[in-house]
Amino acid sequence: MNKYDAIVVGAGHNGLTNGAYLAKAGLKVAVLERNPHIGGATVSRELYKGWYYSNCSYVSSLLRPEITRDLELPRHGLQVVPFGGGATFMQNGDHFGSYSDYGRKYREISRHSKRDANAYERYRADTSRQTRLIRPFLLKTPPDPTSLRLRDLKDLVDFAKPFLNMGEEGLLDTIKFWTTSVGDYLNEYFETDVIKAQHAGSGIIGTALGVYSPGTAYVLLHHYMGDVDGNVGAWGFARGGMGAIANALSKSLQSFGGDIICDADVERIIVKGGRAKGVALKNGDEYHADIVVSNLDPKRTLLDITDERDLPKDVVQKAKNFKIRGSSGKLNIALDGLPTFDGLDPKNPLMSGDLHFSDSLERMERAYDDWKAGTWSKDPYLDMMIPSLTDPTMAPPGKHMMSVFVQYAPPKVEGRDWTDEDKDGFEKSVVDQISKYSPNFRDLILHCETRTPREIEAEVGLTEGNIFQGELTFDQLLFNRPFPGYAQYRMPIKGMYMCSSGTHPGGGVMAAPGANAAREILYDLKRPNTVPGSYADD
Amino acid sequence: MSAAERKTMLLTTPFHSRVEQYCELNDWGLWQGYTTPNSYFDMELEYFAIRSTAGVLDLSPMNKYRILGPDAEAFLNRLVTRDVTKIGVDRVGYAVWCNDGGELMDDGTIFHLAEDDYRLCSYMRADDWLEWNASGFDVTINNESDDIAALAVQGPVSCTILTLIGCEGLNELKPFGIARFDFEGVEMMVSRTGFTGDLGYEVWIDPSKANALWDQLFDKGRDYLIKPIGSHALHVARIEAGFLQANVDFVPAEIAVRPGRTRTPLEMGLDWQVDFNKSLFNGRAALVKQREEGLRYRFVLLDVEGNKPAEHSFIYKNGKQIGIVTSAAWCPTAKSNLAFAQVEMPHGAVGDEFVAEIYYQRELQWTRLMAPCKVIDGPLFNPPRKRQTPAPAH
Amino acid sequence: MTKYDAIVIGAGHNGLISSSYLAKAGKRVLVVDALNQAGGCASTKAFANGFHISDCAQWVHQLDEKIVKELSLEMHGLRLGEAKRTIALQSSGDHLIVDGDSLSGAGISAADKKAYKAFRRQMQVFAKLMLKLYRTRAPKMVDADWGDRMTLLSLGLGLKMMGRRNMRDMMRLVLINIYDVMNEHFEHDGLKAAIALDAITGTNMGPRSPNTVFTYIHRMVGEALGNRGVSQVMGGMGSLGGALLSSAKTQGVEVRLGEAVTRIIKTGDRVMGVELSSGDTLEAIAVVSSVDPTRTYRDLLGYRNIEAGQARRVEQYRTRSGTGKLHLALSGLPSFVGVSPDDHSQRLIIAPCMDAMEAGLNPIKYGELTSQHVFDISIPSIEDPTLAPAGQHVLTALVHYVPHELKTGWDNNESAREQLLQSLLAQLEVYAPGIRELIIASEVRVPEDFEASHGVTGGNWHHGELSIDQALMMRPFPGSTQYTGSVVGLYLCGAGSHPGGSLMGLAGKNAAEEILKQGVLS
Repeated sequence: MNKYDAIVVGAGHNGLTNGAYLAKAGLKVAVLERNPHIGGATVSRELYKGWYYSNCSYVSSLLRPEITRDLELPRHGLQVVPFGGGATFMQNGDHFGSYSDYGRKYREISRHSKRDANAYERYRADTSRQTRLIRPFLLKTPPDPTSLRLRDLKDLVDFAKPFLNMGEEGLLDTIKFWTTSVGDYLNEYFETDVIKAQHAGSGIIGTALGVYSPGTAYVLLHHYMGDVDGNVGAWGFARGGMGAIANALSKSLQSFGGDIICDADVERIIVKGGRAKGVALKNGDEYHADIVVSNLDPKRTLLDITDERDLPKDVVQKAKNFKIRGSSGKLNIALDGLPTFDGLDPKNPLMSGDLHFSDSLERMERAYDDWKAGTWSKDPYLDMMIPSLTDPTMAPPGKHMMSVFVQYAPPKVEGRDWTDEDKDGFEKSVVDQISKYSPNFRDLILHCETRTPREIEAEVGLTEGNIFQGELTFDQLLFNRPFPGYAQYRMPIKGMYMCSSGTHPGGGVMAAPGANAAREILYDLKRPNTVPGSYADD
Repeated sequence: MSAAERKTMLLTTPFHSRVEQYCELNDWGLWQGYTTPNSYFDMELEYFAIRSTAGVLDLSPMNKYRILGPDAEAFLNRLVTRDVTKIGVDRVGYAVWCNDGGELMDDGTIFHLAEDDYRLCSYMRADDWLEWNASGFDVTINNESDDIAALAVQGPVSCTILTLIGCEGLNELKPFGIARFDFEGVEMMVSRTGFTGDLGYEVWIDPSKANALWDQLFDKGRDYLIKPIGSHALHVARIEAGFLQANVDFVPAEIAVRPGRTRTPLEMGLDWQVDFNKSLFNGRAALVKQREEGLRYRFVLLDVEGNKPAEHSFIYKNGKQIGIVTSAAWCPTAKSNLAFAQVEMPHGAVGDEFVAEIYYQRELQWTRLMAPCKVIDGPLFNPPRKRQTPAPAH
Repeated sequence: MTKYDAIVIGAGHNGLISSSYLAKAGKRVLVVDALNQAGGCASTKAFANGFHISDCAQWVHQLDEKIVKELSLEMHGLRLGEAKRTIALQSSGDHLIVDGDSLSGAGISAADKKAYKAFRRQMQVFAKLMLKLYRTRAPKMVDADWGDRMTLLSLGLGLKMMGRRNMRDMMRLVLINIYDVMNEHFEHDGLKAAIALDAITGTNMGPRSPNTVFTYIHRMVGEALGNRGVSQVMGGMGSLGGALLSSAKTQGVEVRLGEAVTRIIKTGDRVMGVELSSGDTLEAIAVVSSVDPTRTYRDLLGYRNIEAGQARRVEQYRTRSGTGKLHLALSGLPSFVGVSPDDHSQRLIIAPCMDAMEAGLNPIKYGELTSQHVFDISIPSIEDPTLAPAGQHVLTALVHYVPHELKTGWDNNESAREQLLQSLLAQLEVYAPGIRELIIASEVRVPEDFEASHGVTGGNWHHGELSIDQALMMRPFPGSTQYTGSVVGLYLCGAGSHPGGSLMGLAGKNAAEEILKQGVLS
């Protein structure tokens, strides 16, 4: 009998987290996965012999330390290793190195502009102020501002307090920060193009907006609010690739007695008498449970696997209007050796960090213009890494694995589906750009997995290939995520929930949506909460 | 490693080859990205060199900004809280500056080098803030930190030694005065300033002459027991002398992250630096308001019972925590255990008595000491030679 | 020497409105303006031989009905033309006609018609709420005084009264872009673009920029203020200035035109008065500036007279403009294909689709000229024959986007101007074949020209980009909100203050009310 207390659809990191917390509370849980492997976008795959690709998500910072520790992920094999900064290569042969050591970074900025180096201190303080505001809310359910329930009112007051503590100008600065563009924001600090460009990257990654689009300053924050071992803003690699996170989560889930069922492609959620009763698979199997949690994005959850007739009309409309846009692609490359870059010693710690080739805001914005016109960027913004410099398990000794995140790539090319020729053109624009700065790069390529939004959608099931399961603009953040009135993980069908990155606090390998949703489910079931609260911020 | 990458390594000062040679303990620290000694041969003996003979400190990492132009004085007068017009040519003035909120950003010294020509010397970097301040003024601001080598020569025989290397008549220079001498064909500027509260001078010279200057000082000063001093000795001397330090005793305004952590000059005991007769300076309106509405904190100098430095101590009054210690040291010349503390108002009047919670460790054993302490008026070390002109020979 | 209660710098509409309200309250007020005519950006100029054009703003659509009444502007000669329909020109010649709630032409579907009504109804609800905020100073939220708390309370209640559905929609819509919202509601590209045009007018943004629904609601406040769409001012925009001037004089306001204020005089921490180009100085308790915040602080007061953090705010305040103008003196009525001769007097817009608008924005981000312009056209001489010799006509058009900073520079760059003119005419020719043959005189105005002629920084006649991070409680910037900054006696009453530009007059009125409330004047 396929009868469970709770069924989670989708074995991505949030689904696994959600399942783990429900199982920990004593529920009989099954997590169903369409693919033969778990992980969703948090996977490591051997697509070329001896090389492991984190072929979707590739770095970790946002994964909540409270969850890592509470679910004993280190005991289940997870090891996160921080990496050393990053760099932007410039067209004039120079580079800007964003060293993780603060003093060294300072001296590097000074090399380009003393004023910018000094302004960076102000920048760091101002962004830290914003980060401190948002971090405590990652493991909380957003309050509903339209509600008069005591719980919401109390949460709203808690939410407002730190904002009001900033003083009038501090509060206005915060509102400005949340509504301005990353380009305009950076202009208030820096004078040097490459320094602006280096910092602007975090404002657009995974987002279908340009550096001059209002709202992108917040996206910057989304990339600054994580931490590795308490170093806020630091990023690291999961040893063995991002799949290590999913594997550890699955072991944790199983340690609480939860089941994971692969090759289980859910066709629809079974609803009877207005209540969720389970799911039906494409192969005809059924799994029954009074709690059904979807880890699919809001569009797939509400438009694909839920019968429209079971939903209020406005919810269907809201799901249709949910913004989830393909804006990026990825290249995973097996390399026969370490590529060299002009002006950078192969031993420089920057080599193990995130490398970029866009040295001005204008180039980044032009890359976005291409996307708006329905094509991939001819001069794309790349977030390129060589994880094998940090993690020896990713490639054979002396060989390397390269991960190249590419912005922008449209979900459709000039309105039609991607063709293989398009994919080749996309790949070429990336390889050409890197080759300009690395003379031996092209010759080192042994295998290249190129992923346009088409591939990402087809394999991982992220609509349009959007890595965050929904744009991170304010209209889809906090109590607006996925849409106003449904930000507390409950769906209009009784017993149905959503736990994906399409819910608060959004995308990135954070696991917070999964945990937050579990807390709400347990609340509804009147069971003791198993989800940890936030560490007090320092 | 490329030339660009090399520039990101720790920097060395123009005196580095000599400093390295003298740094027998190999005890290095970091000062604004420069490799500088914490101590050279013995921290205690270095301290006593300042108080008894002469100590030489490499202060090249200080930030130095040249401010030139017809509006230089007006620019500075809007920047800092004091009246800059009172600093005559060839004079130096201590100054502090705030943001618009009246929150303290840093302190430093202003050298009036010539008409329309000033140098601002600061502990924190100020490139960004100075540039913003320059809008609307006819001034140019140059960061000349790397263009000037500087040594502090501090202690009772400092004047004698400097005279021996060619500073004829230096003893006539008044405190905060500037004099210029020829040193091997280049100009050597000497100011009677320092961070030790003793008779002392700061010497400013082109980096090309750095080694020669060092060599001459130590050659001519050998018989007068000149010693190099590191930052640890300076730390004790400055506490003894009652000097506060940015980022240690207060959080500079623009890099403070948490609400309520900044302090105003009034709250840092720097009200004597704030000239409300000036019609405008950054932070004036906020400080006027605070003066009317009252302070939140007071910065005090505490004389702490016993001999255990009250570093990072909580300060209590009647069992309630009312403050924190920001700097503390046993001061060997004053034979006092001194501490700087921020205390909540209305506490902190001279004579107020508190208790400092001190933790110290001996052979793995931590001891908690509740040491009585008292607010005192001004530094305990304040020798006449600091002020005397002509400066005494020893 | 006479001492005024208030000297108002700038005889633009906000300056005159502010001074009128101050004078109405019995205060002694002087208005000074560098130009020889009142009205500021509401101005008419002679063009070619016998033609008159509104050389800056060309439409009235935000003017507060209440102000018109309270200052008896109609008695003082203000005559607004009929409310215009908007005719969105389509290349097919079958144009879309927007008239209030109703749509016609261009094969518009019944679904779109219905959706348009519903969309407008909701926007009107939001605009009504926003109007509450526009009619008063924007409240402080932390340092809120009693008045601010009342405003916040009333806004909170207003939100609740909208109902949960509207409130939830508003939470989502207030920071979203118009592009997505249009696609959610409508099918017809021309309709989407016509609405999007209203959302981007006066901004430096394209339809895909987030926050453009906010700017659309801002525009909709015009209806809540009593405007039915757009209309022209009879006699040209300058007549609005004339009426305001006449009204102000009746209230007892002294006016000195053709005299520039060169400096705001500050002694100690307060203003003492102003210095004029003649060298004369005038004293006042309050100096009320209706020129833009950048000019007020940077040029008239001088950064050296304010604290550096405030100067930094001014420097960071964005004043780029993407709007230019095309002026044509025509020997006859042009013929727009598919537009009946009577309808040529309506508001004609060329905005084929939102993607074209967005593409038009792209080059200007990099200081380059675009070849895809969006037009907002008026041929005012049809309704008002006084503007042109008999049988002849003037055409004015707001043109988006024109770069505020051309990479090659606008100064003496005749070839760039010529290139822009030719590109505009070529686009116009598509919809009005033969228009070139009618041209007696032509002129393009780029943002820099407005800066030169009307003294608006960056050529932005809204006195600073209208974008939510520079709107409402943030306008113009923190530390200078609620019509005053740190300098005692200096007030801002121009479009750079809440609720912003678009010939609304509320900034001027709110500022006057704030000054009177503070009771600082004699």
